[in-house]
Amino acid sequence: MSAEGNYYVPDQSRLPIFASLGLFLTVYGAATKLNGGGWTIFMLGAVVMAVVLWSWFSTVISENIAGLNSNQLKKSYVWGMGWFIFSEVMFFAAFFGALFYIRNFALPWLSGEGDTSTTNAILWSGFEAQWPLMVTPDMAANGDAAKVVGPGQNMSITTAESIWSWLPLWNTIVLLTSSVTVHFAHTALKNNNKKGFNIWLGITVALGILFLVLQAEEYIHAYSVDLTLDSGVYGTTFFMLTGFHGAHVTLGTFMLLVMWLRSVLKGHFKHEDCFGFEAASWYWHFVDVVWVGLFIFVYILG
Amino acid sequence: MAHGPAKGFTRWLYTTNHKDIGSMYLWFSFAMFLLGGVFALVIRAELFEPGLQIVEPGFFNQMTTMHGLVMVFGAVMPAFVGLANWMIPMMVGAPDMALPRMNNWSFWILPFAFAMMVATLFMEGGGPNFGWTFYAPLSTTYAPPSVTFFIFAVHIMGASSIMGSINIIATILNMRAPGMTLMKMPLFVWTWLITAYLLIAVMPVLAGVVTMMLMDIHFGTSFFDAAGGGDPVLFQHVFWFFGHPEVYIMILPAFGIVSAIIPTFARKPLFGYSSMVYATASIAFLSFIVWAHHMFTVGMPIAGELFFMYATMLIAVPTGVKVFNWVTTMFRGAMTFETPMLFSIAFVILFTIGGFSGLMLAIAPADFQYHDTYFVVAHFHYVLVPGAIFSITAGVYYWLPKWCGNMYNETMGKTQFWMAFIGLNLTFFPMHFVGLAGMQRRVPDYNQFFADFNMISSCGAFLFGAAQIMLLYNVISTIRGGKKATDEVWENPEGLEWTVASPAPYHTFSTPPAVK
Repeated sequence: MSAEGNYYVPDQSRLPIFASLGLFLTVYGAATKLNGGGWTIFMLGAVVMAVVLWSWFSTVISENIAGLNSNQLKKSYVWGMGWFIFSEVMFFAAFFGALFYIRNFALPWLSGEGDTSTTNAILWSGFEAQWPLMVTPDMAANGDAAKVVGPGQNMSITTAESIWSWLPLWNTIVLLTSSVTVHFAHTALKNNNKKGFNIWLGITVALGILFLVLQAEEYIHAYSVDLTLDSGVYGTTFFMLTGFHGAHVTLGTFMLLVMWLRSVLKGHFKHEDCFGFEAASWYWHFVDVVWVGLFIFVYILG
Repeated sequence: MAHGPAKGFTRWLYTTNHKDIGSMYLWFSFAMFLLGGVFALVIRAELFEPGLQIVEPGFFNQMTTMHGLVMVFGAVMPAFVGLANWMIPMMVGAPDMALPRMNNWSFWILPFAFAMMVATLFMEGGGPNFGWTFYAPLSTTYAPPSVTFFIFAVHIMGASSIMGSINIIATILNMRAPGMTLMKMPLFVWTWLITAYLLIAVMPVLAGVVTMMLMDIHFGTSFFDAAGGGDPVLFQHVFWFFGHPEVYIMILPAFGIVSAIIPTFARKPLFGYSSMVYATASIAFLSFIVWAHHMFTVGMPIAGELFFMYATMLIAVPTGVKVFNWVTTMFRGAMTFETPMLFSIAFVILFTIGGFSGLMLAIAPADFQYHDTYFVVAHFHYVLVPGAIFSITAGVYYWLPKWCGNMYNETMGKTQFWMAFIGLNLTFFPMHFVGLAGMQRRVPDYNQFFADFNMISSCGAFLFGAAQIMLLYNVISTIRGGKKATDEVWENPEGLEWTVASPAPYHTFSTPPAVK
């Protein structure tokens, strides 16, 4: 392994081909499971992916420790993470866009607005647009024979007094606070204060876990009042948006936890060389911003 | 770092070299091109005469679907990524791609993804049969069970595209040789930078829409189900928000290739370099606000029809700038007509025909008549075949001597060009007429009224297919031997790639070159 000029070009590597194999087994296994098969292939794929990711990251970290990464190469990782987060933004944009379209176009048209009054009269007579959608077009037109039934309750706030017992508000507070604490951790690291870094980062991870617990609490409550994934398009958008966000919080918490363990157990990160942590913190700020969007468009305007 | 390639087949499995990975992309793409071509020939064989002869209608639907999917995601996109891998590091004076291991991961996902997608043809209920645009509810409520495998195949090829694009952007923004300012970059690099941005912006949206399908199919959600308050038209909006930038993803790198080739064989610098850059950026911007012109007949408010109609027509302006610049570059140039130049000139002429039929389709009231007819098929094959396929072929002939150090057989190249050119026009030009006369796309049988033109189309398709076999033969025999190419290959071409030896050494620009 000699450096290729100034820019380190790694030697041959087994990681990519096994990562491809792992990814393939995972999705092939997932599709098999969904079509009535077992979990075996999926689990096998997950194990391969886990092993590959572990060795891939440890390779990159040890290369950096060995001093192979020039400043120019580090910049490639910075660009890479930035554009990866942009791709995640666009993934959420698809679901926010769907929510926007359904509320502003699909539901009014189903209730007979615009040029489409015959659709309402013939297919969904009696349906009226509302949000949160409690009475689905199916229920309006077919009564008890309806197959797609709306939720028993929604997650919007009912009265102004109940605001302090409104879970989404607490979730917002928790997540916004965690964005501040991760910033404190970063500042501490920049000031060469490793102890402060470990403490603030630890607090951030704890807040991330707290958010996930509260989110699980909310889901359990939702299912107990018949707000489920299949309760019409309100349930659909509610669970898909908050669910994908929750999945990203889980990943972000895991990333920060790994950074915390690296710092506490291995003493990694120096004030001028800490992009692994910075990348994870960018990701954390990103999930935070997505939550603000959710809080506004799913809960407050819900 | 070893100085040459590793021995044995694991060289290809474990490689981190941009040239190896570029070659793998190109060979994979060619294999998919032949496979998608076979699907197309099944379609054309069935349509040779009216009536049902060769395949069942259900299988015919699988053929139209798989032909589209394989050509778009398996042939055209990987071919451009392959060219990017080979050429961008050499054009900007970089030692390799910015993230070489991820580069290999991007490639190796593709064979797995396409193995899974093609395998659906052998699954119970057959493969995807809902058209390459997979509109809900055909692709959800009425889809065969194999649709789940199709969805996950799209997911992982999307991951591959996103990683490939991140790599290309990082390479262009971070790895240029000192002195290579943005406005000194070759246009192929510029067009790929913008294409990569488009890919990162829209592949996640494609992932989103197939995820919505997956949830509707398996978890009872109501995205595309009006009974629950959703809307099948929502599918089309999200899909085309991806789909329209996608068609520019398949043409912008083509613009870059042609902008490299025409100046070389006209022996004049490219006319209007900076206007080319701005035109490319404008096209990319506009691609995000025109998607619903694919859906004029779906039932949109009049304001929507008008907005998408006018926005679409605006695209003719930057595209016109480009065509003007290519023609002006050739004007009073000392032209010669080697194979890459022939393909490039054909590109300019035929792509413009496809552009004009696009303008016709952009007129919303007229589109009510054209929608889902063979006129649409003629239009997008005129932009994709002479657009993407001809430019890729031109690029392969142009850079092949640099890649393998040997000159290709010019006579065979020119023969292949004329076969492809005649085959292409025989296949697709009559489709304009049958389309305007009312022949619908995606139907295995048709009125006798259309018989003659369809027979001509089918003959042309087999001629075009034969031309591709000739390309394969020419490329293989060039790799195996032939007249040695000089380092410059052509007469005074522009670009850093011509300053290195032919064949290009395994590692180029380990120390960055000086760019004036």
